Order: sequence, then C-alpha cells, then structure tokens
Amino acid sequence: MARITASVYSSHVPAIGAALDLGKSGEPYWQKVFAGYEFSKQWLRDNTPDVIFLVYNDHANAFSLEMIPTFAIGCAAEFEPADEGWGPRPVPVVKGHPELAAHIAQSVIQDDFDLTIVNRMPVDHGLTVPLSLMCGQVAAWPCPVIPFAVNVVQYPVPSGRRCYNLGRAIRKAVASFDAPLKVQVWGTGGMSHQLQGPRAGLINREWDKAFLDRLIADPEGLSQLPHIDYVREAGSEGIELVMWLIARGAMGDATGPGTPSVAHRFYHVPASNTAVGHLILENT
Amino acid sequence: MALDKPYKDIPGTTIFDAEQSRLGYHLNQFCMSLMKAENRARFKTDERAYLDEWPMSEEQKQAVLARDLNWCIRLGGNIYFLAKIGATDGKSFQQMAGSMTGMSEEEYRDMMISGGRSIEGNRRVGEDGTAQAHRQPQGRAGRKEGA
Repeated sequence: MARITASVYSSHVPAIGAALDLGKSGEPYWQKVFAGYEFSKQWLRDNTPDVIFLVYNDHANAFSLEMIPTFAIGCAAEFEPADEGWGPRPVPVVKGHPELAAHIAQSVIQDDFDLTIVNRMPVDHGLTVPLSLMCGQVAAWPCPVIPFAVNVVQYPVPSGRRCYNLGRAIRKAVASFDAPLKVQVWGTGGMSHQLQGPRAGLINREWDKAFLDRLIADPEGLSQLPHIDYVREAGSEGIELVMWLIARGAMGDATGPGTPSVAHRFYHVPASNTAVGHLILENT
Repeated sequence: MALDKPYKDIPGTTIFDAEQSRLGYHLNQFCMSLMKAENRARFKTDERAYLDEWPMSEEQKQAVLARDLNWCIRLGGNIYFLAKIGATDGKSFQQMAGSMTGMSEEEYRDMMISGGRSIEGNRRVGEDGTAQAHRQPQGRAGRKEGA
C-alpha cells in the first residue's frame, strides 16, 4: 500500500523564482532566503519520494474568470510551466502520476469533496517555486508531481476546516492505493503578505510564528480559525495559508499515526512583499 | 438576508469576492489577454484602441490608462490579473504593490527590508496605522502634502 511519509510547507513567492532564473541567488538579499532551504535540498535528496502531491494555487494563469474551480486535481501525464506574462520559467516540465491522481480523485470525491478533474493545466510559480527551492536548478524534477490547485483568489475560498478534512480524505485515499509508493504532500503559499491597496506590505511575524507552532502541535484547533482572522492578521493574500492545512490534514494526528516530528523549520522576512515560512514534518 | 462580509472593516483592503468579480469580469479578462506576446505588442502600440475592443466601462479604461491600481481594484480588478499589465510594463510585483501605497519604490523596498508594514493600527478602520485612509498617501508624497 502507498503511504504518506512526510510533508513540506513553503511560501511560493514569484520573485524567488525570478532570482534563481536570473542568476541573482548569490546576492545577500536572496542568500538569506535560500540559506533556509540548504538543509531541505539535502533532506529531499536523502528522502526522495515516489510521488509529490503538491497543493498550491493558480494566480490567474491556468484559470481566468471563465472558470474558478475550488479544488482542481491534475490527472495528466505532464504539465507545462505557465507563461505568466514574463515568459515561462526555464524549469523542467512537471511529470504527473495519472494512476495515483485518478485513484485519489475517485476516493476523495466519494468522500464528498467535489474535486474538479483537470487534464490540461499549465502550472505557475505557485507550484514551480517550491520545487525550485527544494530541488535547486535541475534538468528534471526528482519524481512525479500531482498538482492540486486550490482557489484562494476569489472569495469565498474554502475554509481551513474544510481544507484540513480534505487532507484527511487524501490520507485515506493514498493509504488505499495498491502499490508500495512513498508519497509526500506539500502545502504552499503564505505566510503573511498583502499585495494590494494602501495596506500592501503587511507582515505579521508573531501571528506567523504562532501559526507554525499550532500547525505542528494543534492542527485541529488551528483549522477552526475563520477566514477573517487570516485576512485581518496576515493580509489579504495571507489567506493562502489555508492550503497548508490540506497538507497537515494528510499527516499524522491524534486520530492517525501520531503527531509527526519536525525535521526543519525556517522563517524569514522579506522575500519581495512576503514573509517566507518553511517546515518539514515527518511521519513517525 | 444580507451576506456575511466581515472583511469590510479592514483598512486599505478590498476583498475580491463574487460581487467584485462580477464588476470586474471584463477588466480582468482584458488583463488575461496580455498573457499573449502579440496582444501585449498591440496594446502597447495603441492602448486606447486595444481597450475599446473590450466591453469595459469607460471608468475602467481610464483607470487602466492611468495605471492606478487602487482605482482598478475599486472597479473590480484583482491584483493577480492586474499584474499582467505590470508585466507588460516591465514592472515587478514589488513595484506594483508599492505603487498602491503612494510610497516611492525605494521607500517601499526599505519598509519591506526592515520587517514590512506593522499590523498595529491596521487591523480595523478607525485605528491610526499607516494603511488608514487619513494617512494616505504614504511616504514622502504624504509628508509634502501635509507640509
């Protein structure tokens, strides 16, 4: 049977991708960001899974206002990097895992989560920046990736509670897949940031740190937090953090295989407009 | 019965909800069209003519021509869509975000490097933080006006 071995949490700031792609990663400003991922790159080399289930959001690239799926699971064999207006990032094409993706879709939809199945979907910085941070500049990503896009652009976005329960349904789905695959679930986006209006540039260090603490030790309680708290305290784009609860829900907790251990934790302000948060949790 | 919109009392913040999305549909779809290189070129050649191909309101067109992102957002624009205009102009996300505060590019960058905008006074309308309406525009632009 397949099993979830670990989860990775990371911000997905587009400027991080640009810094890498334009050869600026050695600059002191960016070194402070990349230093937090040095451990993680080695960790991923030592713990390469068979599949990464990557939770992220599309930023008006694959999905315009023509269609706004709340949860979209990528079931295709491959996914091209999107041209977001600056040209596509020079990163490898993402290879999918259609068998596991279709299995998860079947199981999770039967568990009352109405996923949209997507077979053609360019993937933007939300997905490729975390891969770049964890893998560095590579000719091919280390394993297949199932993109899982969550609408956090148009309100109302799914609640933290729903995201956490969806994570649990994904855990159940993976456990029933009949092949001995090691699967990681990644949650991306955040942490505090606001990209619009006179309040742009908002950062809330204390709130972010408390979020990380609770994500590790009290995810069930954290999942009860209403949207308004994210928006008020962590900025209008800080709402992306609900996606971290999907990854956390897929991991162990009081009802599952037990609380995971913390392999790595990092926090830094700023990357462009954003507070960068990063965690690696391992199931015991 | 009224819908629950508790986010209306956050200063300097417009939540892109279904109502804003309805208002801004054509504005945002115009922005999406700028993801194609040939459309970016046509837009740059004659912005007004390009905008006139879209069923946007005259005010939305004026807001785009003025590159006033706060104005665009009031009219239903969403920042991830509006970013396509910035990309067409060769602007970074930080330049775009900063432009909405009234701060110069340097002032905004310095604010971020020193830890970002504080949450204190910026949680609710009526407090005294930097994002409140009575403290706009921010940075040197605001000080000049007050002097």
